[in-house]
Amino acid sequence: MAHDVKEAARMHHPSGWTYVKVGALLTIITAVEVWLYYIPAAVASPLFNPTMLTMSAAKFAIVVMFYMHLKYDHKIFRALFTGPLVVAAITVVAFLFLFFKIKIAL
Amino acid sequence: MSSHAVAHTHYTTTGLDNRKVAIWAFIGSECMLFASLIATYLIYKGRSLVGPFPHTEWVNEAGQTLPAILDIPVTSASTFVLLMSSLAMVLALQAVQLKDTPLPADANWWGRIQRSSKTWLLVTAMLGTTFLGFQAYEFTAFVNEGLTIRTNLFGSSFFTLTGFHGAHVTVGVLWLMSLLFIDMKRGLGPADEVSVDIAALYWHFVDVVWIAIFTLIYLIE
Repeated sequence: MAHDVKEAARMHHPSGWTYVKVGALLTIITAVEVWLYYIPAAVASPLFNPTMLTMSAAKFAIVVMFYMHLKYDHKIFRALFTGPLVVAAITVVAFLFLFFKIKIAL
Repeated sequence: MSSHAVAHTHYTTTGLDNRKVAIWAFIGSECMLFASLIATYLIYKGRSLVGPFPHTEWVNEAGQTLPAILDIPVTSASTFVLLMSSLAMVLALQAVQLKDTPLPADANWWGRIQRSSKTWLLVTAMLGTTFLGFQAYEFTAFVNEGLTIRTNLFGSSFFTLTGFHGAHVTVGVLWLMSLLFIDMKRGLGPADEVSVDIAALYWHFVDVVWIAIFTLIYLIE
């Protein structure tokens, strides 16, 4: 059974060229982030921070899914990673609400 | 699977290698560690009473106006280096996995280099060391400009966060070099796949932490 689980995971791993394409995509996203940083109008825009956070989250997800193989690996690994990640994210947001007096208008 | 691998592999009742379960649990705990460090940085952001400041000009004791201290071009280059090290690491793992399949007779240079785990491990370790060189340069420049861990809240939280990350990269480089040493000594094969996989997972985690740090600390003002 153990061997089957391992083999099943291996069979679905992407090819070397896919990894290279993923690396190119990560580079392009990083270049766009830095390019936006140097445009004063973009930085002044209220959409700047959400855009940056979205691009960062996209890079994070791409590395985790493709390079760390979480997209193809066993769901227990997914749970072991996403569980603490969600707790960590909630902790950060809770601290920001506490210390920056961020409010949700109801 | 060789008898060598069977003797050292312990599978859980889920059919998963317990070393891989352990590294994922460890990475989960590390998420919380770095989240607490990032939260601390964000809480202290903009609350420093004296400069240097990360994104705005500041006036030193001599009355000179100095620019923001963060060097985005240098950090962008180091971010690119770390991203490429992740690519090299995943190719190193693939090279180890491919060692039990014969090389086709008409294989080109890419087909041959894809199976060279030594090359990819060496490239990964070198890129990791380059990233550490960038960090050493940045820290030295900051200290020369008057920012230390005791200067202000920005200095304290910045050096703690990036210092912890740098320590993790250092551990990763040592881990990679030990794998490279084993590969040169006796050769890594499919039986060592999990050993290389857990090192790769650790290395990619260090990379994703930097992805978050680069955006939250360096790019968002």
